[in-house]
Amino acid sequence: MSPKAPLFKIEPRREVSRGLLYATPLLAVALTVVAGFFIFLAMGYDPFLALYHFFVSPLLTVYGWSELMVKGAPLIMIGVGLAVGFRANVWNIGAEGQLTMGAVAGGAVALAFWGEETALTLPLMCLAGIAGGMAYAAIPAFLKTRFGVNEILTSLMLTYVATLFLSTLVYGPLKDPLGFNFPQSRMFGDAALLPILAGGTRLHLGTFIALAIAVAGWVLMTFTIVGFQVRVLGQAPQAARFAGFSGPRLVWLVLLLSGGLAGLAGLFEVAGPIGQLVPQISPGYGFTAIIVAFLGRLHPLGIILSGLLMALSYIGGETAQVEVGLPQAVTGVFQGLLLFFLLASDFLVRYRLRLRGAVAVQPQAAE
Amino acid sequence: MTELQTIPARLEVNGVSKRFPGVLANDKVDFAVAPGEIHALLGENGAGKSTLVKIIYGVLHPDEGSLSWNGEEVSVADPHAARALGIGMVFQHFSLFEAMTVLENVALGMDKPGDMAALARRVREVSEAYGLPLDPDRDVYTLSVGERQRIEIVRCLLQNPKLLIMDEPTSVLTPQEVERLFETLRQLASEGVSILYISHKLAEIKALCDRATILRGGRVVAACDPKAETAKSMAQMMIGAELKTVTRRAGGDLGEARLVVEGLSLASEEVHGTDLKNVSFAVRAGEVFGIAGVAGNGQNELLAALSGERLGDHETVVRIDGAPVGRRDAGARRRQGLCAVPEERNGHAAVPGMTLVENAVLSGHHRMGLVSSLFIRAAAAGRFAGEIVKAFDVRTPGTGAAAGSLSGGNLQKFIVGREILQNPTVLVVSQPTWGVDAGAAATIHQALADLATEGVAVVVISQDLDELLAITDRLAVINVGVLSSAMVTKEASVEEIGLLMGGVHGLDATAEGEEEVHVA
Repeated sequence: MSPKAPLFKIEPRREVSRGLLYATPLLAVALTVVAGFFIFLAMGYDPFLALYHFFVSPLLTVYGWSELMVKGAPLIMIGVGLAVGFRANVWNIGAEGQLTMGAVAGGAVALAFWGEETALTLPLMCLAGIAGGMAYAAIPAFLKTRFGVNEILTSLMLTYVATLFLSTLVYGPLKDPLGFNFPQSRMFGDAALLPILAGGTRLHLGTFIALAIAVAGWVLMTFTIVGFQVRVLGQAPQAARFAGFSGPRLVWLVLLLSGGLAGLAGLFEVAGPIGQLVPQISPGYGFTAIIVAFLGRLHPLGIILSGLLMALSYIGGETAQVEVGLPQAVTGVFQGLLLFFLLASDFLVRYRLRLRGAVAVQPQAAE
Repeated sequence: MTELQTIPARLEVNGVSKRFPGVLANDKVDFAVAPGEIHALLGENGAGKSTLVKIIYGVLHPDEGSLSWNGEEVSVADPHAARALGIGMVFQHFSLFEAMTVLENVALGMDKPGDMAALARRVREVSEAYGLPLDPDRDVYTLSVGERQRIEIVRCLLQNPKLLIMDEPTSVLTPQEVERLFETLRQLASEGVSILYISHKLAEIKALCDRATILRGGRVVAACDPKAETAKSMAQMMIGAELKTVTRRAGGDLGEARLVVEGLSLASEEVHGTDLKNVSFAVRAGEVFGIAGVAGNGQNELLAALSGERLGDHETVVRIDGAPVGRRDAGARRRQGLCAVPEERNGHAAVPGMTLVENAVLSGHHRMGLVSSLFIRAAAAGRFAGEIVKAFDVRTPGTGAAAGSLSGGNLQKFIVGREILQNPTVLVVSQPTWGVDAGAAATIHQALADLATEGVAVVVISQDLDELLAITDRLAVINVGVLSSAMVTKEASVEEIGLLMGGVHGLDATAEGEEEVHVA
């Protein structure tokens, strides 16, 4: 009818297929691989070789699998925490900052006991890591519940503050006195490091704790009244109030939970693979965990799978760099593509595009 | 249709079928509306009225069958095409922008509004010609619901419709406003405009309509002359069964006051909401207390203040069996014995995406022991949901079905049942039968009556005056957040209640239209 009608019309689908909703992550992965193929081709690399080194060769060795667990663990822990918040429509985007502050707090404990570690040092570090992450997430929680400030902005911006704070410490008060002025702390003492579970790998105790946390997250969300309250708040805030669930209390809860888990993940990094405080602790685990949470359908058990997949993108990126000479940016490109395809296929599961002319042109009458 | 007519019908619906996943919403529906006829489309909720109307208005497309307009077969691609043919529709829920003026709202709803000054003139002309007083320069948020409806009607009339569809138009009006609307509709019909009037209020259909088509389960089950039928006979055609009447034990032996509200004032959270001003009333054990009023006069705020979704200024503003709970949240009040049913089912009383079992836990866990040390007792919750479904005849494939997949009436039965089966001492219900079919409404009314018989204090907030007159012992009227003094229902007159509901304004907008706003 109208002259400037758009070519496509977007319509919500009446019935959203549940099966399809769970299939979209697989579809997104497949599309990412296909897109990657053409990107490699356009860049002049052998696409088969590049994809082989990206997705397959890391999985051919025991060491590769152990690395997958090591890199997957922080993603899973953070992803599980974020997913609980996302279920409640609380958008903590600042897990990277909470991870950093957890590492700082736990690392500070390790350094404080340096040379005099006991069996209690490591548990104390874990508690400090959780507390650090929680305290940092408490800032957006307070601002949101008290003043209605959008947690997306505050949590994101605080990430950069946390990174700079860590730099200040490792360039200043926490710098290794015998470290030739390198911006890093002393190496933690052995008792302040997470035990290694298998010789010749970096597989540490934290990776198994991460899996246990995912299972606990599943139990929390599926079987407890707390998880139920979180889901109600996310789906129907008015119904939550009707049922007597306090919105502000739940906002605090989910932010402290996701902050605490991010903090613990940060502590596991410095007490595990890194072994000291350095200016950069994580290759963006806090941000990648957002993709992990969505790719895992905000389901703790799905997050285990998506966490391992995203870990593969880190390891595959490194392998492809070494073997094929791909630029380092390829990891980021793959993660971005995956999120893009996931969101796009999610959208198309819920909505359909219809050519504008398709209905209007219907014949006026059969005769 | 089968019979031959000399003048072609304004609108003819021929064998229209529409299927949605799992339901046949319309099954070979046939009916015709003559020029100048007021034709009722009558049916329970879920009978397929809305689907049919959406097909006529071009919102949906039929799977089978066709529409004829003045004898010629047409295909209505979308609402633009419907308006171009001369079909106008006034929806049950208005689509108005509160912060804009009447004129701006009228212009927004038109395909070609043209010059604003000329439009303002036409709005005045049309509104005067049809007894729909309306000031084009007023801001919509200052208008009563009845006045808002006039905007929608005037907007349709400006396009010179040949067929006007009215979807449940009286559900938000005072009795005086209803009478006024009927005059307008009769005048339109006398000028040759056909009117398709959708309702389940039988008395209105008898008073207004020339013919009625009755739908049940997506099929036309009867066509009749409403004036020749009784309300009861039409109701039976509509639900296809004998109608139960509510039986009440004779009143008299009322107990102690169970719910006391004293000096409750509460500022609304909504921008254009209504503040509660010094509301006081008491409800005794065994009593059904009604709160009448036109929508938007503080009913939602009152329900929230009673249920505990919003807290009062002092502990003593709400007392349950003597215990002050004015500052306690909804969970604490439930444990004290007060259960509530808010007006909005989806997203307030129930979470549409969750199962019936989960929705049973939603408000049931406080009193039904469905949680033990943080864990939801799945088996107990399932049993509780099953009991509700059984006791209130909720039609559902199972308790694992999502609440959103139930029809409005079935979900309402589930919600009311959920609160009643918790054995409350005080039950506050808002719009218990809103959008619910006659059969379900009777079930709900009977359940409320039984509850009162058992000694529960029941508060019913409703815009349906007939409902309140039928089931309450005493009632009061809420208008702009102020509650009138209570009156005994049997002794109350409809006129008096109507006047309290509308206040003195709301009846005539021009009389108080002093406030001059600059012309757009």
